[in-house]
Amino acid sequence: MKLLVTFSRKKGRKPIIAQVVRDTGVLINVERAIIDSSEGEALIDVPDEQCRLVSDTMISLGANVRILEHGISVNESECVDCGACISICPREVFSMDSTWKLQLAEEKCVLCGKCIEACPHQALTLPL
Amino acid sequence: MHKSIFLGMHKSIDQINERIRDGTVRVVTAEEMPAIVAELGEAGALKEVDVVTTGTFGAMCSSGAFLNFGHAEPPIRMERIWLNNVEAYGGLAAVDTYIGATQQSDTLEEKYGGAHVIEDLVAGKSVELRASSRGTDCYPRRTINTDLVLENFNQAIMCNPRNAYQRYNAATNSTDRILHTYMGVLLPNCSNVSFSGAGTLNPLSNDPKLRLIGSGVPIFLCGAHGMVIGEGTQHSPAGGYGTLMVTGNLKEMSQDYLRAATMTGYGVTMYVGLGIPLPVLDLDVVRATAVRDEDITVDIMDYGVPSRNRPAIRKATYAELRSGAVEINGEEIRTSSLSSFRNARKVAGELKRWIECGSMQLALPTRPIDAIKSARPMHQISKGPRVLDIMDRQVVSIGENEEITAAARKLLKGDTNHLPVINSENVLVGIVTTFDVSKAVVNPGKAYLVKDIMKKKVITTTPDEAVDIAVQKLEQHNISALPVIDGGHHVVAILTAMDLGKLFGGRWLK
Repeated sequence: MKLLVTFSRKKGRKPIIAQVVRDTGVLINVERAIIDSSEGEALIDVPDEQCRLVSDTMISLGANVRILEHGISVNESECVDCGACISICPREVFSMDSTWKLQLAEEKCVLCGKCIEACPHQALTLPL
Repeated sequence: MHKSIFLGMHKSIDQINERIRDGTVRVVTAEEMPAIVAELGEAGALKEVDVVTTGTFGAMCSSGAFLNFGHAEPPIRMERIWLNNVEAYGGLAAVDTYIGATQQSDTLEEKYGGAHVIEDLVAGKSVELRASSRGTDCYPRRTINTDLVLENFNQAIMCNPRNAYQRYNAATNSTDRILHTYMGVLLPNCSNVSFSGAGTLNPLSNDPKLRLIGSGVPIFLCGAHGMVIGEGTQHSPAGGYGTLMVTGNLKEMSQDYLRAATMTGYGVTMYVGLGIPLPVLDLDVVRATAVRDEDITVDIMDYGVPSRNRPAIRKATYAELRSGAVEINGEEIRTSSLSSFRNARKVAGELKRWIECGSMQLALPTRPIDAIKSARPMHQISKGPRVLDIMDRQVVSIGENEEITAAARKLLKGDTNHLPVINSENVLVGIVTTFDVSKAVVNPGKAYLVKDIMKKKVITTTPDEAVDIAVQKLEQHNISALPVIDGGHHVVAILTAMDLGKLFGGRWLK
């Protein structure tokens, strides 16, 4: 399951992710992170059964946690099934089925958004 | 019935149209044809199949529509015309215009353009017309502003000068930055390949000798019954790159087969669905329509080279491109199609139904299209300024093992901000700027030699490079000078932002 963790770095520089890994023993996969002097945002992947534990521990350390149930979404009425997104995606989220219709493996998506500008039909959007 | 019209190894167009009328016609798509020929043999396929339908659905930038608005009261001869803030051509009489697909909105730029205006009209949406004129005795009105839907136009005729490319070269990018092109987003270091075209379903690839496709031939155009006008612009069948000029009634078109699009960082284009039915007259038609993706080869061009003569990295067939990956320099590189094969199939399938139900009859060309000509590059009387025209040959360089203070002296004496750094063989190895030297002076004791502070990655130009290309390098890298090097990497001159001022001295302002 994917979690979007946001945290403030104003009150000191707590190594939140490292501490959660140590305290819970769950091996967290950091898919993507943007951290600057004042705040940080990390997209992490954790096993479904340990999601709760990781989430609660993160929150107790002062982070905000949002469970991401959706990856990139395709507006079917705009998509023409060209496939321009396929080679752009670093996680191989997109593929063609046997009828050349675009398929989405949403669970692989790390919400990097690289496909959005590659779509000639503006059919791709990040979930809110 | 089938055998009664099959007299030997030839069928006439009249026989095929007779079969369309009586509902016994056998139609297959160009994708189905290779397997039929493999199974029945060429003679068997000729006997079995009467019509092969083709289809393609992709970005066709050179598209647009003629519109007639009807006369206003009092009447106006429109000279400048905008539809939803997209300018349309004002050089036609009175109330005619041509809206081109790639023209961009004055306000929304690449987010909205001529293609979007056309799609909005086809979708039944209303479009704002704004026009102005000087006013004449016969056309006194000077401005007009009104909202129009498609049915308000007397004529709305799509007329596309260059559609249905027979094939199109694929694209990759060897540079270290992302490129935004009409071939889509190209990742750095040849990390993806994009391609376009319907391969086995492409109309001209199924009739490369242009025996069946020519002026007057009925076609499927964006859901309407359209027609081939003749050869398209840049038609170049000699190398396998034929094109078609086509027309159709916008009022009969469907949004399913006409879509506006924006290639980010490039601009607006229009996705056009186009299909041509091919009458299976003889064995030559059978052989031509048996073409498969495996038989159609294109070059994968390096769009990192900003020249008309881009180098080809390798060749690939549509079968390879459509497989999802091709090998470049020993690596599997993923491919993306820009055109929709699924929609190309839909076009060929819809066209097949039209013919089966008798709503479209076939015709042979009233005038053939040249099948052997080649498009020529532009005739240019002057090549435009090259780097050698404006570069500064009084370039001062410095050795990599010289001291930083020597660099400071040279910068002062040479009245320059950039020093190319050379090694003992006089080969360019780096560059230092006034900024680098100042930084070294402010932080003393960390570095003594030029090679310790120089930037090793130098962006360079050559004497015969176009100034426009050199200017793009300056902009992209946010720098103000380029060492000019020869084939052996020796510095022969320097081009600075100041040299660009020479362009405005009049010599190049023709």
